Amino acid sequence: MCDVCGCGDESRVSLDVHRSLLSKNDHEAAHLRQHFRADGVTVINLMGSPGAGKTALLEATARALAGSRRLVAVSGDLATTHDAERLLRAGIVAETITTGTACHLEARMIHDVMHGERLREAIHAGDFFFIENVGNLVCPAIYDLGQSANVVALSLTEGVDKPLKYPVMFKNAELVVLTKLDLLPHLADVSLAAIRDNISRVSPAAAVLTVSATSGEGIAAWTDWLESSRIGAAQARDGAPRLHQLGPRGF
Amino acid sequence: MHELSLIQALFAEVETQLAPHAGARVCALHVRVGELAGVDPELFRSAYEVCRNGGPLAAAELELSFEPAEWQCSVCQADISRGTVLACSRCGEPARLTRGGAIFLDRIEAEIQHV
Repeated sequence: MCDVCGCGDESRVSLDVHRSLLSKNDHEAAHLRQHFRADGVTVINLMGSPGAGKTALLEATARALAGSRRLVAVSGDLATTHDAERLLRAGIVAETITTGTACHLEARMIHDVMHGERLREAIHAGDFFFIENVGNLVCPAIYDLGQSANVVALSLTEGVDKPLKYPVMFKNAELVVLTKLDLLPHLADVSLAAIRDNISRVSPAAAVLTVSATSGEGIAAWTDWLESSRIGAAQARDGAPRLHQLGPRGF
Repeated sequence: MHELSLIQALFAEVETQLAPHAGARVCALHVRVGELAGVDPELFRSAYEVCRNGGPLAAAELELSFEPAEWQCSVCQADISRGTVLACSRCGEPARLTRGGAIFLDRIEAEIQHV
């Protein structure tokens, strides 16, 4: 019986659902997270505008951690494999996820790219797996990818009010990395204190670091943060399936 | 524009919910959009209008409601106003988003064939 308008039409029903439209993605992300933990690999979902310096940050990370940590990355872009090629040259095992028209990565895309044996083995043996998301300050924010931490790269040239304009991107960030610090002397209107204050109004928990991939300033603090966020081998779940055991339909 | 992807998720959820009701005709979908869900309601509606044409939801109206964001202290549950520093002025603890952070399919209205 219709309980909406009281019309008495018995063929009309109202079904209560109350489910998030991201439930399926969240479920797939939880599955990925379980595999990442089992492999003891720390996964960073690196987001930010096009040109914020995400790839340059990872290149600087590779220089800083060369010989001490095994780095893996996937790079999401609408077109070209340029970023992954740069990361490969920097010594990171890297693959491209070409999204075509899609403006973000979803958990399913991460799962699919891990079917490649080279990447899967590298993640299995890796210390850090960076997911360089599609350059976009809006869409990637709401998709869980099974990451250990969300990191937003925000370049000083983008302006101090970007956190206030794009609050969804910043609200779930564990860390905001302010990039292109070497340009600060040329940016008369940019105040680091103002950016930090704006971040604190949209993100309850984000730490903030300032770096220059060009000069190397601040990179040590960034790699220290990465080390502090590492998933220890002790946290690996006993008995959970290992990444290399993922079948062609791993979910 | 990730709204198209969310519409696909909406269609899949409706299909799942109506699986036990073969031949059901959907009349309306009630979707709640949080202020900080990262969804533009107008883009979401436009994507819905494009996607429903000719499909099983062709006759289903999309009813959107808005849910404002609400922050609370993660320890003492005191309300924390939007636009302020997102930490409790009493405890110093970080705020927690309690409402308005997601997009939900709340309700489906449908006509069901009785056998």
